[in-house]
Amino acid sequence: MYKILTKRQLAPSVKFIEVAAKDIAAKVQPGQFVILRLNEAGERIPLTVADFNRNKGTISIIFQEIGKTTKELGLLKPGENISNVVGPLGQPTHIAKVGTVVCVGGGVGTASMYPITRAFKEAGNKVITIIGGRSQDYIIWEKEIGAISDTLIVTTDDGSYGEKGLVTKPLEEMIRKKEKIDQVIAIGPVIMMKAVSNLTKTCAIKTMVSLNPIMLDGTGMCGVCRVEVNNETKFACFHGPDFDGHLVNFDLLMHRLKTYPAEEKISLEKCENCRCGHN
Amino acid sequence: MRIAAVAIINPKQTPMSKQEPQIRSKNFNEVGLGYTKEEAIAEAKRCLKCKKPLCVAGCPVNVDIPTFIAAIMGGDFNKALQVIKTKNSLPGVCGRVCPQEDQCEKKCILGIKNEPVSIGRLERAAADFGQADTPVQQTQGTKEKIAVVGAGPAGLTIAGDLARIGYQVTIFEALHKPGGVLVYGIPEFRLPKAIVEQEVESIKKLGVDLRVDQLIGRTFTIDDLKKDGYKVIFIASGAGFPKFMEIPGENLNGVYSANEFLTRVNLMKAYLFPGYDTPIKKAEKVAVIGGGNVAMDSARTALRLGAKKVFNVYRRSRKEMPARLEEIENAIEEGIQMEFLVNPIRILDDGNGWVKGLECLRMELGACDESGRCRPVPIKGSEFILDVEQVIIAIGTSANPLISTTTPDLKVNKWGYIEANEASGQTSKEGVFAGGDIVTGSATVISAMGAARKSAEAIAEYLEKSKSEEQ
Ligand SMILES: Cc1cc2nc3c(=O)[nH]c(=O)nc-3n(C[C@H](O)[C@H](O)[C@H](O)COP(=O)(O)OP(=O)(O)OC[C@H]3O[C@@H](n4cnc5c(N)ncnc54)[C@H](O)[C@@H]3O)c2cc1C
Ligand SMILES: Cc1cc2nc3c(=O)[nH]c(=O)nc-3n(C[C@H](O)[C@H](O)[C@H](O)COP(=O)(O)OP(=O)(O)OC[C@H]3O[C@@H](n4cnc5c(N)ncnc54)[C@H](O)[C@@H]3O)c2cc1C
Ligand code: SF4
Ligand code: SF4
Ligand code: FES
Repeated sequence: MYKILTKRQLAPSVKFIEVAAKDIAAKVQPGQFVILRLNEAGERIPLTVADFNRNKGTISIIFQEIGKTTKELGLLKPGENISNVVGPLGQPTHIAKVGTVVCVGGGVGTASMYPITRAFKEAGNKVITIIGGRSQDYIIWEKEIGAISDTLIVTTDDGSYGEKGLVTKPLEEMIRKKEKIDQVIAIGPVIMMKAVSNLTKTCAIKTMVSLNPIMLDGTGMCGVCRVEVNNETKFACFHGPDFDGHLVNFDLLMHRLKTYPAEEKISLEKCENCRCGHN
Repeated sequence: MRIAAVAIINPKQTPMSKQEPQIRSKNFNEVGLGYTKEEAIAEAKRCLKCKKPLCVAGCPVNVDIPTFIAAIMGGDFNKALQVIKTKNSLPGVCGRVCPQEDQCEKKCILGIKNEPVSIGRLERAAADFGQADTPVQQTQGTKEKIAVVGAGPAGLTIAGDLARIGYQVTIFEALHKPGGVLVYGIPEFRLPKAIVEQEVESIKKLGVDLRVDQLIGRTFTIDDLKKDGYKVIFIASGAGFPKFMEIPGENLNGVYSANEFLTRVNLMKAYLFPGYDTPIKKAEKVAVIGGGNVAMDSARTALRLGAKKVFNVYRRSRKEMPARLEEIENAIEEGIQMEFLVNPIRILDDGNGWVKGLECLRMELGACDESGRCRPVPIKGSEFILDVEQVIIAIGTSANPLISTTTPDLKVNKWGYIEANEASGQTSKEGVFAGGDIVTGSATVISAMGAARKSAEAIAEYLEKSKSEEQ
């Protein structure tokens, strides 16, 4: 049993929880994730460790409520428990002093980006962060990520806050102006990671992305999380989730994420609490 | 006189009733219903209670077969179970899933002329009807802390054995449920999960601390456990890394590894979706690739999920199939269509990224090795397409490299399996032992348990020795 200690709403259907998980907190590195299962009938779902406090023995998770499990997770209150949390899973992000790093976070991916950004900063890099969302309401973790970045650029699709446009826009400008960029990290929707990778490929800027395929065990046992990187099949939970964005087959990933649309709908419809509960 | 005694023995095994094929292929309940007490006693009477029982040598843990069978003959199922439990801590499991025809029953003297004694079914009857706690040895003071990695048959066995003689044992299991392949791989209709749970409970009762959600190599490394004061670590992490065929189309939607397919259904109970949250695709026409127990389990599971047609594609002939005989027969009775001497070469795309068919080549048997196993060779121009929308790949698994890559001084062989002394399980790393599938590659439940049992003795010896050296 893993107790939820605090909980906050960050944006419409984006929530933050802090969970007591001493052993995971002691070990986790930026870029790693956990798999949790809410109850006996629950599904195992992967979520990134968005922050951790080794002294307190806690990990933080920021999640978007999109289906049954994430909505049910959103309904749990501080003091309530999650049945199972296993981790930290996946390889940690490779952090090094490379010079100037641009961290691009889209939507809830901004949260996954936070510990990575901080680690790059602590490693002595100049960190430029670009975060984006649909509109002002969807911009999360701005203050926190701003505090650890040398420069922070915010974009919104509708222009209600920051620059109008997608996160690729300021990046494109930087590239056009020939600003020095040594590495890019992109985390967010697959389509956004693909766009960033296509952009940086033209000028050969090393780009790491964090892939989010469907997972089951998260230990390398089932192979559902397979992705194609450089035409080779890799298990994202084991070899990843970080991969070289220039080598990833994003279309395959997007397609594999659409394995269970009908079943996901049934699950959601069955979940009565998911419909009315707001807290 | 002697001749007369032999003459009255029924040449045939007492049959065990099963669910009818048409009925069982639509449910997940156990197929074999087990003997009644009377049937068990009748079968027990067939055993000659040999003075030098050959059957015992065929059992990897040397269960005292004639003694337990004699107890059943006298109607004493508790005693029968007690006898088995001194050697085998999971009789309810082994009686159901041991490949007896290759082990104990293969050696049974009756088998020379007639059918051997049905030792497996009798073992199951002892577990079904008997009650017996495994004896715990009283020890003075507390003994050392021991960590076991993985709660499959090997891990559970060694934990039970060492706890029984007074060690403080903690099992670290990566998944949320203990049992290893017994819970995530072998289906409910062959091994009810309630039985595994009972056997796990009886091991917990011995004082074993079972911690789930602990992935060794990530949550803790082997060296972390050493630092935490575990004097011995036994690695029983199995061989669960799925292999793929490396043919075109393997990443299409609708292609499952057997591990994924079976884990969704067994561990996550996707057959009860949406009562349970984990989904599984139910297909009408399915091809399962492989010839072992895993392939049989996958094919029969697909059928139970509602498939109308299930092909089992195997590149050799029936004779070479490594699956248990009983399960091949069950599968055929249920209507699985066997495609022998067929090798898949490509999975076809329906144009939208989903499976539309499996392209195969017919094979013929070529040169044979000393053991009589013959190499399949493709027949030129024999390509054909199986019309399926789901493909399950059950061609085997390999060692998960997580523990070896995070434990630099642990030696592995060229396939990634941990190198361990056959008699003791001792690895290249001081205080670290290993056994089961992670040492041998995929084998059987009872051989994993046998390795664990041997290692338990070696570990106790090792700890006694290091204690006396300290003094
Ligand atoms: C390594 C990794 C890290 C992730 N980190 C985060 C995070 O920090 N915050 C966050 O909001 N989301 C994260 N995700 C995505 C998150 O796991 C899914 O949103 C979640 O599983 C959806 O479950 P559901 O039941 O609520 O929705 P469902 O209705 O089951 O699914 C909605 C969509 O989520 C995806 N999905 C479904 N099941 C899974 C699964 N088992 N594993 C992965 N994706 C699935 C599919 O694309 C699906 O269409 C991460 C995914 C991965 C692989
Ligand atoms: C579908 C299927 C059907 C089978 N049918 C039969 C049969 O009929 N008869 C038979 O005798 N054999 C059968 N087998 C083979 C048999 O199940 C195995 O040989 C046996 O389970 C091996 O036992 P084990 O303890 O070595 O490993 P496993 O049973 O694989 O258990 C290993 C355990 O370790 C855990 N683990 C792995 N890595 C870590 C880690 N890093 N940290 C913590 N925990 C970890 C796993 O989650 C798992 O619970 C079958 C196998 C399969 C897959
Ligand atoms: S454990 Fe298996 S091999 Fe040994 S006697 Fe029992 S059924 Fe036979
Ligand atoms: S060899 Fe056969 S007949 Fe003899 S004791 Fe064993 S089971 Fe009985
Ligand atoms: S989630 Fe099963 S192997 Fe990656």
